Amino acid sequence: MGDEILLSVEDVEKKYGDYVALDKVNISVPKSSIYGLLGPNGAGKTTLMRIINQITAPDKGRVLFNNELLSKHHIKQIGYLPEERGLYKKMKVGEQALYLAQLKGMPYNEAISKLKYWFEKLEIIHWWSKKVEELSKGMAQKIQFVVTVIHNPKLLIFDEPFSGFDPINASIIRKEILSLRDNGTTIIFSTHRMESVEEICDHIALINNSKTILEGSVSQIKNDFKSNTYEIELNTDSLDFSEKFNIISSTNNLFKIDIPINSNVREVLNLINSKHEILSFKKDEASIEEIFIKSVKNE
Amino acid sequence: MNKTFLIIKREFLVRVKKKSFIIMTLLAPILMAGLIIAPVLLTDNDNQKRLIAVFEDNSSYSNKLEDSENISFNLVDQSEAEKFKKDINTSPFYALLEIYDTNFTMFSSQQISLNLRKSITNQLENIIEKEKLKNSGIDIKLIESAKTKINIETKIIDDEGKTTSSSTEASMGIGFITGILIYMFIFMYGTMVMRGVIEEKTNRIVEIIISSVKPFQLMIGKILGVALVGLTQFLLWIILTIIVSTFAEILFIDTDEIVKNMNQPNESVLIGELVKLTGGIDLVTIFVSFIFYFLFGYLMYSSLFAAVGSAVDAEADTQQFMLPITMPLILSFILIQPVMDNPDGLLAFWLSMIPLTSPIIMMVRLPFGVENWEILISMSFLILGFIFTTGLAAKIYRTGILMYGKKITYKELWKWISYKG
Repeated sequence: MGDEILLSVEDVEKKYGDYVALDKVNISVPKSSIYGLLGPNGAGKTTLMRIINQITAPDKGRVLFNNELLSKHHIKQIGYLPEERGLYKKMKVGEQALYLAQLKGMPYNEAISKLKYWFEKLEIIHWWSKKVEELSKGMAQKIQFVVTVIHNPKLLIFDEPFSGFDPINASIIRKEILSLRDNGTTIIFSTHRMESVEEICDHIALINNSKTILEGSVSQIKNDFKSNTYEIELNTDSLDFSEKFNIISSTNNLFKIDIPINSNVREVLNLINSKHEILSFKKDEASIEEIFIKSVKNE
Repeated sequence: MNKTFLIIKREFLVRVKKKSFIIMTLLAPILMAGLIIAPVLLTDNDNQKRLIAVFEDNSSYSNKLEDSENISFNLVDQSEAEKFKKDINTSPFYALLEIYDTNFTMFSSQQISLNLRKSITNQLENIIEKEKLKNSGIDIKLIESAKTKINIETKIIDDEGKTTSSSTEASMGIGFITGILIYMFIFMYGTMVMRGVIEEKTNRIVEIIISSVKPFQLMIGKILGVALVGLTQFLLWIILTIIVSTFAEILFIDTDEIVKNMNQPNESVLIGELVKLTGGIDLVTIFVSFIFYFLFGYLMYSSLFAAVGSAVDAEADTQQFMLPITMPLILSFILIQPVMDNPDGLLAFWLSMIPLTSPIIMMVRLPFGVENWEILISMSFLILGFIFTTGLAAKIYRTGILMYGKKITYKELWKWISYKG
């Protein structure tokens, strides 16, 4: 994971009539990383993804792909799984996947062999001559995933990729996404469900009210938002020495304490250790969700 | 491979492979052939020479009955008439006509044909009429010499002074049929495009596709794909109708009879006349123009249909936007009659220039003869109209296909048209 940037969006603005969908949005997506695009519904994520896919054009600002101004010939290098996704119900699965692969610019023979490879990998080859209307929603999602990645794009854009999947299939898809990243693909991953972000994303951008309010690597953002809150578990349900630290909350044997920045953490720990048996002690990191809520409130 | 071509190919193949398309394509020519053949079959099945026995009691009509090509009358006495009734199968006679004063009865083993009955009825009516006139002292010769029949022959003189026979009826017939066909085709295939767009929108596949191709490519690909479906169907209909009619003719109809009938008076003359008179109409121009007006009329309207499809979530919501599209079509349909009444009038002229009405109205006017410059201007206007509506539709389309769950108004559509990029 270098710091080389694959895609950068610079000061992009988009208006629909009087409605501002994007207001000077900036993001830069490093190569071979998973980049989380977070924000509540209606924040402008979909508009941003449509601009990257050249479905719509920005009013102002520019988008660079591999240091080139984004243009039509980049379409082949981008794969997009939109949130609103479906397939032709009456068409056969294989025929349809082939059609969509060819629309991406793949020659017939290559498309066929690639499709066979992915269909076998995901164990769905026996669906090839079935009609889409015979498949369940989760099955159709797998096919949509395949046609999104089929042309080996440099950049993959997934909008809420796990919606509609059961936990088993969701984990299969997660595994595939991670292995694509490890093989050098850059992935933009949009979601409003924060809990799925921390485990999968390397970088994130928070978008709210058409603006980017936070951007950077997950570890760095967490560092920026680090607090002096610690979680400590004791073999008792009472804890004093409150002149050295503040107890924020306590549930049974679990305490959340706030140690002032100027005081020594080891000293505090020793002090507690002398009175009680410590079962566990760890830094209470802010979750992305908490960071997000905090940032939105600070707006 | 070109992406637009891929889209055209899919749109075409998906529709052509549908059962409903195959059934429609095969069934229509059989129905058409049926419509052509049936009247011929119905009129020409009674061609044998019929021997009719006539028994008459107390009157003298029978000796005035005249044998015709198909019927010959034989006077019989009562015993023979009784014998015929008793043993109808061995009798040489086809039917027996019994006359008691003014009561006429026919006996036969099978239902006698309408033609036979009609010709005997006509003869008897004539005989009785003349009898009555004679009895009241009127000279029959006087009446016969007063009967008149005229027929105005119409001829067209072209620029080189050559005259050809023409027929207003044939012109009207051709104009009407081609006009109606264009009206039907635009509606049929236009709504087919609209349904296709709605299908892509409700299936939510459209965003996947337009991340690979431009919305315009998807729209024009669908429109051209359906146009090919239309042309294929039309061509197959012509070919199949010819094949089916030819086979039906060989199977059911004695060709000699038809030829013979052609020379006969009555309705067959009309067919002969029609064949002769369409010679005055430039059929090649009409055929070429038909293909042109069908294609470009369809292209112009279908892009509007596509725009409507993109703006709604379900077919049920299309009503409010369909009105301005269907109105000029229905208007042209209604105005076919006034245009035929005066094919060179101002109304006809302007309606055949305005692109929204020209595909139908020009086809109605063409068989009556239209100046070349008028046709060329009308065609250029139609092409311009097509470019204009497609541009307009593309703007609505590219925004509409990505809009879900919103009730769209005309104001909203206008906003979409004015969006940039």
